[in-house]
Amino acid sequence: MPLANQATGVPVSVDPETCIAHKGCRVCVDVCPLDVLAIDAEKGVAFMKYDECWYCLPCEADCPTGAISVSIPYLLR
Amino acid sequence: MSSEAPVCHEIETDILVIGGGTAGPMAAIKAKERNPALRVVLLEKANVKRSGAISMGMDGLNNAVVPGYATPEQYVKEITIANDGIVDQKPVMAYATRSFEMIQYLDGLGIKFDKDRTGEYNVRKVHHMGTYVLPMPEGHNVKKILYRQLRRLQVNITNRFMATRLLNGPDGRIAGAVACNTRTGEFLTVRAKAVILCCGAAGRLGLPSSGYLFGTYENPTNCGDGYAMAYHAGAELANLECFQINPLIKDYNGPACAYVTGPFGGFTANAKGARFIECDYWSGQMMLEFWRELQSGNGPVFLKVDHLAPETIGEIERILHTNERPSRGRFHARRGTDYRTTQVEMHISEIGFCGGHSASGVFVDEHARSTVPGLYVAGDMANVAHNYMLGAFVNGAYAGEDAALYCESTDLPKIDAGFIAEEQRRVLAPTKREDGLTPYQLEYKTRRMVNDYLQPPKVTRKMEIAQQRFAEIREDLDLMVARDPHELLRANEVRSILDCADMAAHASLFRTESRWGLYHLRTDFPATDDTDWFCHTVLFKGPDGRMTSKKRPIAPYIVEIPEAERAAYSRLRVAAE
Repeated sequence: MPLANQATGVPVSVDPETCIAHKGCRVCVDVCPLDVLAIDAEKGVAFMKYDECWYCLPCEADCPTGAISVSIPYLLR
Repeated sequence: MSSEAPVCHEIETDILVIGGGTAGPMAAIKAKERNPALRVVLLEKANVKRSGAISMGMDGLNNAVVPGYATPEQYVKEITIANDGIVDQKPVMAYATRSFEMIQYLDGLGIKFDKDRTGEYNVRKVHHMGTYVLPMPEGHNVKKILYRQLRRLQVNITNRFMATRLLNGPDGRIAGAVACNTRTGEFLTVRAKAVILCCGAAGRLGLPSSGYLFGTYENPTNCGDGYAMAYHAGAELANLECFQINPLIKDYNGPACAYVTGPFGGFTANAKGARFIECDYWSGQMMLEFWRELQSGNGPVFLKVDHLAPETIGEIERILHTNERPSRGRFHARRGTDYRTTQVEMHISEIGFCGGHSASGVFVDEHARSTVPGLYVAGDMANVAHNYMLGAFVNGAYAGEDAALYCESTDLPKIDAGFIAEEQRRVLAPTKREDGLTPYQLEYKTRRMVNDYLQPPKVTRKMEIAQQRFAEIREDLDLMVARDPHELLRANEVRSILDCADMAAHASLFRTESRWGLYHLRTDFPATDDTDWFCHTVLFKGPDGRMTSKKRPIAPYIVEIPEAERAAYSRLRVAAE
């Protein structure tokens, strides 16, 4: 079967002004149990790449600059 | 992904611990404390810093056996009764006798427990009979403290590798494991004298009613890999039909949590604001009454705390919104739910396997030994009934220490290069396809079928249909496509989920009675049949390679249960006035 790409709204937001991924920070990517975060190499900012969130909050709690905010996934709100 | 030959590494160790959540780190710590010269590798699918069920800490110990409040004998009695008698008491007693020592050990590492003004532990009553709940209002840093101890003892931590199969030596004893990197697809073969499996519950078995695959009660990384690996390595798994089903905040699907609020005066109520269960401790019998109330004209069910003093509610919020599942607070805020004025709507969770809260799991003895020589199992995936977080620590400790001893008298078993090559081919197959079915689709369908056909009340014909559907999905695995290592991780997990779904159906069909309240309620076998079924059921891979079940007698009790007390947990409904 051919594959489709379907967009979905994700619960993890990253503030590009405060994220310091461009300085080499990888804390959120390191701690996420589900491994759903990644770094956008062009923008030098972390982002949620896969919609597989347990809204558990290590990314937000451990971010050294407070750039991350996690909301409850829409289907659960 | 590339079609080139896979990158493969091989390492040797004495002890391989798989799973860096709760039991795993303690197993590694205690093995090293017993013998600092041992080589110990801790393999983790995520990152040990924040992995497992206690990623964000824990709000309390649910089964603390503290002198002055309870004796090990009382605890063993309560757990035996709460599980309808289907427990081997020796491992439960082994846990209970070391429970207090472990609390002191954790306290010494810097983990904080609730104490009164004299410095004594502040144990609270939540269970039906005894007093075992020790709050941890500042329990958010458990993982950080464990991590520090692992580094101090020089445990070799290997993150982001998912073990896919255990290795058996020529004589069947354990010889190591094969793992795949979740970010690069590289393979790692770990040769080991002993393996300690601590992979947590099977939490991605049923589908949450939200339909969101990762909105599970359990940390969704705990998808049943451990059960699948143990099964394929020849271990026996006990009482898998005793499902985990928990009372949770509806939609949010995390605990409310009655264990925290109960000692403050909160309780589970129906829509009329009335109590309907005597006790909020999680048992199959309690869940049955909960489920009945949900179906009834008095439903749905709520957690009621709005009658408490504002200061008390503030304290409850402080605990619930900073520990274990801290996003509870923002869930409530968005819906305008304020504990001071609004009751919290409750629901029941999807089904899963979890020895932490029920009486199922890989069969182990009081040393955490499975039925495969050299293979140890601890934590939520081990069959030590209701062992919770503290049980994971204690049984992990037993596993680590016994494995350290075992290593002294054993050599590295030979491994089979042909098996490893075949395993790599099996794991990488989804990366060789350009199109097909995604892991997401296969997982969703499997778990939807689990809900439709396996969720209690269980019906024979429905479970047989489930088996047909699972067999069809198993054929579809040959169409699964993974476009990057992350999707390959999910693809590997789907195989574990499907194995667990098959085990859940097989085990449930085997036990032709009802037991453990809602956990194994069979509409066509509604009675509990102690004559034929007062025994464990064990599931294993038969000599013909097929899933097989048999009865296993319950070891003679070491703590007698008086006849008059045996039914204590069967009388949980509040009596009509």
